[in-house]
Amino acid sequence: MSNDMHIALKTDPNFHEADRRFFRDFSPGDEFYENLIDAHNGLRDEQSEALNARLILLLANHIGDLRVLREALQAARQID
Amino acid sequence: MGAYVNPIYPYKSPADLMSTPPQRKPLIVIGAGPVGLAAAIDARLQGLEVLVLDDDKTVSIGSRAVCYAKRSLEILDRLGIADEACGLGVSWNIGRTFLEEDEVYQFNLVPDAGHKRPGMINLQQYHVEEMLIARALELGADIRWQHKVTAVTPLDALATLTVETPEGTFDIEADWLVVADGARSPIRRHLGLDIEGRVFQDRFLIADVIMKADYPAERWFWFDPPFHPNQSVLLHKQSNNVWRIDFQLGWDADPEEEKKPEKVIPRLKAMLGDDRPFELEWVSIYTFQCRRMTDFRHGRVLFAGDAAHQVSPFGARGANSGFQDADDLMWKLGLVIKGLASDKLLDSYAHDRQFAADENIMNSTRSTDFITPKSRTSKTFRNQVLALAKHHPFARKLVNSGRLSVPSFLTGSVLNTPDAETFEGNMVPGAPMDDAPVQLNGQDAWLLNQVGKGFQVMLFVDAPLSPDVLAQLADVSWHGGSTPLSAITSPIKPTLFIVAPSPLDIPGMNVIVDAQGLVAKRYDAQPGTTYLLRPDQHVAARWRALDAAKLQTALARAIGAHIGTA
Repeated sequence: MSNDMHIALKTDPNFHEADRRFFRDFSPGDEFYENLIDAHNGLRDEQSEALNARLILLLANHIGDLRVLREALQAARQID
Repeated sequence: MGAYVNPIYPYKSPADLMSTPPQRKPLIVIGAGPVGLAAAIDARLQGLEVLVLDDDKTVSIGSRAVCYAKRSLEILDRLGIADEACGLGVSWNIGRTFLEEDEVYQFNLVPDAGHKRPGMINLQQYHVEEMLIARALELGADIRWQHKVTAVTPLDALATLTVETPEGTFDIEADWLVVADGARSPIRRHLGLDIEGRVFQDRFLIADVIMKADYPAERWFWFDPPFHPNQSVLLHKQSNNVWRIDFQLGWDADPEEEKKPEKVIPRLKAMLGDDRPFELEWVSIYTFQCRRMTDFRHGRVLFAGDAAHQVSPFGARGANSGFQDADDLMWKLGLVIKGLASDKLLDSYAHDRQFAADENIMNSTRSTDFITPKSRTSKTFRNQVLALAKHHPFARKLVNSGRLSVPSFLTGSVLNTPDAETFEGNMVPGAPMDDAPVQLNGQDAWLLNQVGKGFQVMLFVDAPLSPDVLAQLADVSWHGGSTPLSAITSPIKPTLFIVAPSPLDIPGMNVIVDAQGLVAKRYDAQPGTTYLLRPDQHVAARWRALDAAKLQTALARAIGAHIGTA
């Protein structure tokens, strides 16, 4: 499903920050998760939904690669 | 209920402590819990006189803190009770997290072999306290039970205490006062000192159950299990067939009602099945806060453990961080009491342990927010992390059922000498030292058992010694074994030991053989690499070559030369 030029959807832990050292492997992911929940602080449910939509659009544009985005959509769609 | 019978420690008349004017003691510890006792043992190991005052006459009622992390075990090893604790406790490394009935994530606390101690042991707090008390008494600590401190007056050069006993009240003075009187800290309240943070609106039920069960020695955590829907449950094995089961109840639960056996037993039967016989040992309902004092040091009064900071229980960061407080505090206090360091060194205790408390609060708050989401959105994210975790490794890493206690890297400590050369790995200045298997005089041994005895210099060499390393050794006028480095003109003389890849005969010199190469690997060492190590097994400084002048500067910094100077 991918050729040499294609960057597949990353599903291994990938949270990081340049010039910052994390001594514990869970720390960067936990920090993102905290930031994410904090971003919703004080919002009503429909406001949170709208924030999530804006966030997805921003991140999707940042990723840009349609193949990666299709893979992500497919992975998100999969439930069992 | 219960198989454990609390010992009653004998009351001793305070007649010998009562006098007019009041007696002056070099060091008084308030609180004979895990932290106060660890501080008292450490004081005795340094030859300091210590008086411990406790308002009770026994160890903890109920199992309370049951998880003791690897770093605590390393500290207890230095204090002399780790073998006993590990012998009675249940060692474990594996934690499993379930969503409903399916396992979604597992972790291994010590994924690399070659550490003396396991990631964690589970042991009831009362057992740990009994061991600490026996050890403190064996070392000559003066522990007075039923001695309640009712007033403390901090002065510039001392603190005065008023102590209430069954025989009346008396005053006593302390050059230094360590306050380790627990989360409610009557002394902190008495002094009107701030402790601020966040209260969590949730209630949890602890049921300690005595039963025969062959579940493995692992930590099991359930999100939304069929036997306790919509809430979390945690299972831990303790010693003597005691199991800790922790049920999330929610904020609306009635604590008095939920404590009743007729409420607790059906919850347990739903989990364990109707056929498994069990007996309740201890039941408790708790809520929690994440908060810390603004300043752990108030002149001559030093706060440690729960008195200074509190966290949620997810991650076992309470008692474990308290041991680290005592570990950080006592070598500094020892140097100050002996007149070998300025009392400014104690500011670094406050600074570094406040940093560590913030890290513990941060991690335990993150865990709590994952386990008990506060909004619909937060719960949706949590549940979808769990859903993605079945297929995607990144989501498994985000599953946060408690980030178990690990020591802080004190990278911001003013006691550190920043690296001037390039090193790989985690053993940066301020790092708690990694253990590794070594050989000593042909016998298997552990690196951490060779350190923690004052300041030490660890020098890596090749075998046979290269001319370069020989020249460095000659240059610092080294002496062998435990003889101090004579080139260091400081009141504190670090001792030198050598780490060699194979046996090396240098008369009178401590040579540790790194047969598996794990010390060199973990410390990114080459021949000539030199580490300056603190008495609490933390890295203070490191270089690619041994240099007496640099060592001396780093040592001065490590005992506080740079504190309070702009």
